Amino acid sequence: MFKRFGVLLGLAAGVAGGMLEARGADTAPLIEAIRAVDSEGKGAQAAAQAFQKLSQEGPASIPGLLKSLDGANPLASNYLRNAIENIVAKTRKAKGTLPLAEIEAFLKDTKHEPRARRLAFEILVASDKANYDRLVPGMLNDPSTELRRDAVILVMEQGNALFDEDKKDEAKAKYRAAMAAARDDDQVKTLKKYLDELGEKVDLPTHFGFLMTWKLIAPFDNTAGKGFAVAYPPEKELDFSKEYEGKEGVKASWVGTTTEDEYGIVDLAKVLTPFKGAVAYAVAEFDSDAEKAVDLRLGTPNSWKVWLNGKLLFAREEYHRGMNLDQYRMRGTLKKGKNTILVKVCQNEQTEEWAQRWQIQLRVCDATGTAVLSADRKAAASTGGSD
Amino acid sequence: MKTLRLFCLAALLLSTQMGADWTQFRGTDTTGVSADKVPTRIAESIAWTADLPGRGLSGPIVVGDQVILTASSGFNQDRLHVLSFSAKTGELNWERQFWATGRTMCHPKMCNATPTSASDGQRIFAFFSSNDLACLDLEGNLLWFRGLTHDYPNASNSLGMSSSPVVVGDTLVVQVENDSQSLAVGLDTATGENRWKLDRPIAANWTSPLVLPGSKPSDTLVVLQSSKGLVALEPKTGKEKWKYTESCSTIPSAAVSNGVLFVPSKGLTALDVRAAGEGPVSVWNSGKMGPSTPSPIAIADKVYAVGGAGVLSAADAKDGKALWQLRLQVKLEDRTSGGQFSATPVAADGHIYLFNEEGVGLVINTSGEKGEVVSTHDFKEQILGSPAIANGALFVRSDRHLWKIGK
Repeated sequence: MFKRFGVLLGLAAGVAGGMLEARGADTAPLIEAIRAVDSEGKGAQAAAQAFQKLSQEGPASIPGLLKSLDGANPLASNYLRNAIENIVAKTRKAKGTLPLAEIEAFLKDTKHEPRARRLAFEILVASDKANYDRLVPGMLNDPSTELRRDAVILVMEQGNALFDEDKKDEAKAKYRAAMAAARDDDQVKTLKKYLDELGEKVDLPTHFGFLMTWKLIAPFDNTAGKGFAVAYPPEKELDFSKEYEGKEGVKASWVGTTTEDEYGIVDLAKVLTPFKGAVAYAVAEFDSDAEKAVDLRLGTPNSWKVWLNGKLLFAREEYHRGMNLDQYRMRGTLKKGKNTILVKVCQNEQTEEWAQRWQIQLRVCDATGTAVLSADRKAAASTGGSD
Repeated sequence: MKTLRLFCLAALLLSTQMGADWTQFRGTDTTGVSADKVPTRIAESIAWTADLPGRGLSGPIVVGDQVILTASSGFNQDRLHVLSFSAKTGELNWERQFWATGRTMCHPKMCNATPTSASDGQRIFAFFSSNDLACLDLEGNLLWFRGLTHDYPNASNSLGMSSSPVVVGDTLVVQVENDSQSLAVGLDTATGENRWKLDRPIAANWTSPLVLPGSKPSDTLVVLQSSKGLVALEPKTGKEKWKYTESCSTIPSAAVSNGVLFVPSKGLTALDVRAAGEGPVSVWNSGKMGPSTPSPIAIADKVYAVGGAGVLSAADAKDGKALWQLRLQVKLEDRTSGGQFSATPVAADGHIYLFNEEGVGLVINTSGEKGEVVSTHDFKEQILGSPAIANGALFVRSDRHLWKIGK
């Protein structure tokens, strides 16, 4: 009885597996419907219907679905990701076969969307844990920060083992390699500490691509926060020889500064004066060897606006809710040659001790967080900066 | 008068959640009070513990035999998890993951998985600090996905967001308020599309909407709280029904019981909204009853609030008269624990269940003249989210574990 039941179950699984394999209808219109989903729920109903149908597809559809994540908007990506997960789960439940070779080929093609490749990696590891040890060592310079993170951990552990064996030079080489690959700040901090202990200096500004040299001007009026919306002269012209009538009769003129903070923090309150209810502007120049899309990543506890070559990238009115590395990420395109980055930094009138910060930290990097350096800066060998 | 009687009857029916699901922050009726009997000795009643991925401050919800909750992981907290566990066994039924589309930066104490999910009994609405909102069916199939920061790019808070959405009928009400772009939306639960969108006060706000039952289900209102006061809306249209314009707290949310709101405003203010055509009527105010982070809770004829020093205060719900205070300190083997509370308490069978930030649970018997600590239990892990009560059990979420207390 049990045997026969087992055969029936096997048949059922086989039929299900066969159905899964056989369906394979053209998924392109379904993917297209999902990729069309947009803000405020636009296209969500069509996407939901397409998602239900896609989720019924067989495992053969997985590589195509992974590829469909290339260039998909963030909303559509979540539908596509879930369709893949549903198909994987269903295939596993039916004891079907996943196209692991194709999934691995997708993973290894670093042109694909980093998060999709991480998903492919996780499917492979869930299928066979040995894949983790096999694949991770080759990912130290992967465009996916998540994949790279695992490889950095591995190399750090190798360094630690060598350090414990008193092989300090070999440990240092491992830490150096891990440092060059590290993009997440927790790993960078740990590796910097290890390298410091071994007498090797790490150039964090170069590693992260912080802009260190600025021209600053203040104070323009920001009483009651009204200056945020006012276009003061630096928004209309950048003439560093000029002086303007500032807040309460204070003359506002440009001053140059180069921060020595290893995290690139420019302390406006220190360099200028700790004005309250004031607007400052900061300008940095960036020499690019080619036209390229980059991230501009800003950290500040103040309200701000950022322009790249006169084009407003983003504006945000929020005071003293914290400051973090990569707090705000903006995408912009550098032109070949000289580029101008203008930051408006507004300080309010709060009197609490924790509300006195008037600071910015800005870096230029690629989408994975790898520093993109101005042509007038040399990439330190240890950082793996891309320019 | 007839309307008032009907209102009270409806409120009574809705104000205690018996043996039922617990479908959103503070339960299906958002009172935080269950009519179930729940074990009062936690340590002896732990049925199971389940491991959780990443981090999370969100509370669990219970739908049928499923305990649903969220977590977030990754260096940038940008991996979102929605998990379903068997309420009976604690086994994982399913897990779905999403990529955050909004900003994930939070105060270190918080994380992306801070708001509590909601459900209409058929769908799950999982909401995150990044303002990502995933709607799933009970088998974990994605029905729709919204990114409210994707849609409204300045709707975020660098300290993190914590407002939990509520479901009223076929509308999901979501409050997203901060210093830069504030809004509230009523979403069609079936499609995720906006039924309405309101501009809200531009100021950081971590409070959650509250469901205010009417004399009949179609009269149910949703109340939004902010530093500018309260506004009661028709859930389906977003149409304003009444307003309260005194400043309210932006962290603890108002409690409701029998048509009276207990509002964190000038301490604690009781507002009678049973005949709110003319607007709410202020009944009493107590400067001593001001809650800290946890929202107050009203049980029968009393109201309770945890103050900043970790003291539980009880007052008469009718007139605000102070009844008793209880310092919520627990002597453990190696230390005294107490003081800091974030988790909003829940109550069942005359007992209040409180959890401090260090992860120590306290069960307080409120049936006597004074509050009495019946039992304590050290979960040894941070607890900041409000628990759920369903089918005679308490479900507690610590940072990395889910616990069932009861059979």
